[in-house]
Amino acid sequence: MSSTFWIIIAGAIATYLTRIGGHLVISRFDNIHPRVEAGLNAVPAAVLTTLVAPAVLNAGPAEWAALIVTAIVSLRGGLMAMFLAGAAVLIVARQFVG
Amino acid sequence: MAADAIVENDAWSDFWQGVRLSMPVVVASAPFALLFGAIAVDNGFSVFEAFLMSAAIFGGASQMVGIELFGQHVAPWLIVLSIFAVNFRHVLYSAGIGRRIAHWPVARQALGYFVLTDPQYAVAEARAQSGQTVGFAWYLGLGLPVYVFWVVESALGAVFGKLIPDTHALGIDFLLPIYFLGLVLGFRKRPLWLPVVAASAAASIVAYKTVGSPWHVSIGAVAGVLLAVILPPHHSGVGERP
Repeated sequence: MSSTFWIIIAGAIATYLTRIGGHLVISRFDNIHPRVEAGLNAVPAAVLTTLVAPAVLNAGPAEWAALIVTAIVSLRGGLMAMFLAGAAVLIVARQFVG
Repeated sequence: MAADAIVENDAWSDFWQGVRLSMPVVVASAPFALLFGAIAVDNGFSVFEAFLMSAAIFGGASQMVGIELFGQHVAPWLIVLSIFAVNFRHVLYSAGIGRRIAHWPVARQALGYFVLTDPQYAVAEARAQSGQTVGFAWYLGLGLPVYVFWVVESALGAVFGKLIPDTHALGIDFLLPIYFLGLVLGFRKRPLWLPVVAASAAASIVAYKTVGSPWHVSIGAVAGVLLAVILPPHHSGVGERP
């Protein structure tokens, strides 16, 4: 097998370790301390924010418009409605501001 | 017998409910799968290798980084380490979701962790937060379409890579941030939501400007989580939830 093959397999193993590793560590403890639980509850907002924030910083008016509309729609609509609204605004806005 | 049939029906309806929720993810990730396949072949991968990478790793950002380094002829161990670094945030997902799926048989849990992507975690965690159980059928319904489309589209991108039209005009480079913003806002009723988001946003931007990508993800995430850990528990609502 080529070295590319082995790079892919090693990368896959490394990735799986990250996906199961947190659970394997946490499950060693019988009781989860309230502070640890508070930390775990903060995970989704914390991680997902880091996937958005730098992108917002590097974006332009078209992307900002899309994000603002996404935020407004998300107050009322579901995930799909919010996503489609944001995507539609982005595509339309980019025809004008590139 | 009748009871068996009812259980089976429930599993199917749970599965389809998951499939429905997977659709925005399938739409948002499609351009990236196609793009990944195209770039992979451009950087010296065969179509089979592009397919294999998507099937075995199933993590878009880490695959893009891996391909980029491969094209620059970086040492293999450094490529693997970079893939690990980009995917390191999953450790947090894994620790969080373990509480929700601990009632599954071990083999199902092992499979569940394999498809634990950003949206998979966020949508499953949101369901658990709303008081519903995260069942295997529902979880698989959410994850399987994303996986199948991801792998197939990667291969298609590798075969037909040169045919992708102007990606910028179609806005596809910015679909994932839009989707992730929606997910972040979906968690806004949680205790400490605003401070955590503010801390993570500030830390990730600072890290992005100084340490650089992909470390801004782990650094920003740790900042938000640490804030929740450090603040006194009565702020975070632990122990007083219904």
